[in-house]
Amino acid sequence: MSESETPRLDQLETGPWPSFVSEIKKMAGRKPAARDLLRQMELSYKDRVTHWKHGGIVGIRSYGGGVIGRYSDSPEQFPDVAAFHTIRVNQPSGWFYSTKALRQICDIWEKYGSGLTNFHGSTGDIILLGTTTEKLQPCFNELSDEAGFDLGGSGSALRTPSCCLGPARCEWSCIDTLDLCNDLTHSFQDELHRPAWPYKFKIKISGCPNDCVASIARSDLPIIGTWRDSLRIDQEEVRKYAADGFDIENEVVALCPTDALEWDEKTLTLKLKAEDCVRCMHCINRMPKALRPGLERGATLLIGGKAPIMKGAFLSWVLVPFMPMTPPYTEFKVLVRKIWDWWDENGKTRERVGEVIERLGMARFLRDVGLKPLPQMVFRPRANPYVFWRSEQK
Amino acid sequence: MAIDIGPPDYKEMLHPVIKKNYGKWKYHEILQPGVLKHVSETGDEVYTVRAGSPRLVSVDFIREICDIADKYCDGYLRFTSRHCVEFMTPDKERIQPLIDEVKAHKLPVGGTGKSISNIVHTQGWAHCHSAATDASGPVKAIMDELYDYFVSMKLPALFRISFACCLNMCGAVHCSDLAIVGVHRKPPKVNHEKIAVVCEIPTTMASCPTGAIRRHPDPNIKSMVINEERCMYCSNCFTVCPAMPIADAEGDGLAIYVGGKVSNARHAPMFSRLAIPYLPNNPPRWPELVSAVKNIVEVYAANARKWERMGEWIERVGWERFFSLTGIPFTEQHIDDFTHAVETFRTSTHFKW
Repeated sequence: MSESETPRLDQLETGPWPSFVSEIKKMAGRKPAARDLLRQMELSYKDRVTHWKHGGIVGIRSYGGGVIGRYSDSPEQFPDVAAFHTIRVNQPSGWFYSTKALRQICDIWEKYGSGLTNFHGSTGDIILLGTTTEKLQPCFNELSDEAGFDLGGSGSALRTPSCCLGPARCEWSCIDTLDLCNDLTHSFQDELHRPAWPYKFKIKISGCPNDCVASIARSDLPIIGTWRDSLRIDQEEVRKYAADGFDIENEVVALCPTDALEWDEKTLTLKLKAEDCVRCMHCINRMPKALRPGLERGATLLIGGKAPIMKGAFLSWVLVPFMPMTPPYTEFKVLVRKIWDWWDENGKTRERVGEVIERLGMARFLRDVGLKPLPQMVFRPRANPYVFWRSEQK
Repeated sequence: MAIDIGPPDYKEMLHPVIKKNYGKWKYHEILQPGVLKHVSETGDEVYTVRAGSPRLVSVDFIREICDIADKYCDGYLRFTSRHCVEFMTPDKERIQPLIDEVKAHKLPVGGTGKSISNIVHTQGWAHCHSAATDASGPVKAIMDELYDYFVSMKLPALFRISFACCLNMCGAVHCSDLAIVGVHRKPPKVNHEKIAVVCEIPTTMASCPTGAIRRHPDPNIKSMVINEERCMYCSNCFTVCPAMPIADAEGDGLAIYVGGKVSNARHAPMFSRLAIPYLPNNPPRWPELVSAVKNIVEVYAANARKWERMGEWIERVGWERFFSLTGIPFTEQHIDDFTHAVETFRTSTHFKW
């Protein structure tokens, strides 16, 4: 038996979890690029540093992004990954696929690229991992014309919006996340494909406050489904949970963050002080057959979430406590364009919208985009006496 | 060549039972780890089998899962926000054969409820120029060790692990129950010959969050110097200027942050906070990292109350108790010294011995 070229990586083929090394090896026999990727990674495993160079400018005609240029720092040693660019392909809402669509992508990618992918990348796109500069355009042409897929976002642009599976297979979704995501993505194709802003801008959409797509931490503008009336209680079903031995007092009532629930053991009734409920979802999560979100539904919009680079990480801040979310989503689109204009005008290079708000102040941001200050926007008001007054207020 | 066509219509990607019951779902149950049952107002049911995936997959893998979906799910499937694959069918009789087939393809069934779901992660040495560590490798090593927590539901609550191979955090891991971040610990090495050709000096200087970069003191040298005492190795300068490489085999490694969450259930969303400031890069199986992660998971599992997420447990018992229970040393690196540091200093006499 010949000696393996990748003794270190081979050790990641053992163990119960499915192995990415085995995946790369599946392609290595047919694709020289996959074999050189393995060999270059093996060198990284030996050297403990990356062997990819800083990106290069490559792309598709009439697009400003969607392709990440990638070159090996050791092209003589690994000629088949000398250029190994990534194509970001915009996923369908909620990551639902027909096998027909997936097979088309596979065939095109086997023809033009390494045959390696990420399902999916961090922002949600399908990632086609590794091809050469000259194959980019024909690959895109076929993806677009034959398979009906388009590029996702990269650089200082709107990044590919993503959403939870919403009403497609979840009883808690308060908005049509899939339609909203699809509508916004199609409405903002220019913002997505032609970077023109200070930095990236991410929109993520969750159907309820469980936030399965982590929108509050991972997007500049999270849209989170919520309701304005009372959650619904089916007392018959509540009694069935109790009869089955479910500990309503300790697993539900005691964990309500605002003490809004009461379990009356005599009448076997779950009572809700609706005005105290903050729609955290805990009780609904525990008793999905008995408790459901209310019926007056819409979304809470937040602003500013981001990872650390460069002024530190932010969780998003409440911006619009409640906005109805029905097609064609005009109120939302008008607001988001105002936000983009404000950010574009005031932001420095590589400054996310949350960082501009921190630097210039939330009050000014709200004034400039035409939103009223509301107590729902803050945990608590300021404690310091350093208050600004504008001349017309004095 | 069609441009700006946007993503394909999601409605074409939905199984007929999903399309028919869109927005009509009434409730769901977890039948067993990795298997969900959703019931509609119409009386229809759909069963879901969730499988783990390595995320970095070949077209052969995609075709294999398509074969499974063609055989059992009428040609439809989906992926979750944590890279799992979901097979859905309205036919109860198909669940067990479907599970058997998924397992025959050596894919784990699980990731639901009080489990550790798949690790959201970044590219690492497979495809990134700024990675301080690999991503797929350590993730594979950790999931091998925590496999049992994926295929069972025995934790106090759901547990989300995320992995980012540098501070750029493409995975935005900063609000996870347990976040692993690739870190540098040595300042960038400035390449004075190359810098004027490939970098914009003012942009590079402005990119530094601590203002540690200034012009070279010799006006004849068009370059920059770094005040090394102020550098916290974020690598933002390297992102805008390739002539400031920061990767270093000895300096680079991993840090672990814990206690974050994004869900609004019970406690408000929280950031993850530093548990272990540095662990070495030790490929191919990162044993120090794997045992540190396992220790934290097991201490949490043994001590948290039912439904308490990592951060909720720590907030209840106190961080001083977290450090004593896990045996993790508390060091000067744990005390924040960046912009909002003072908010983390204790302003009360409420603490435990």
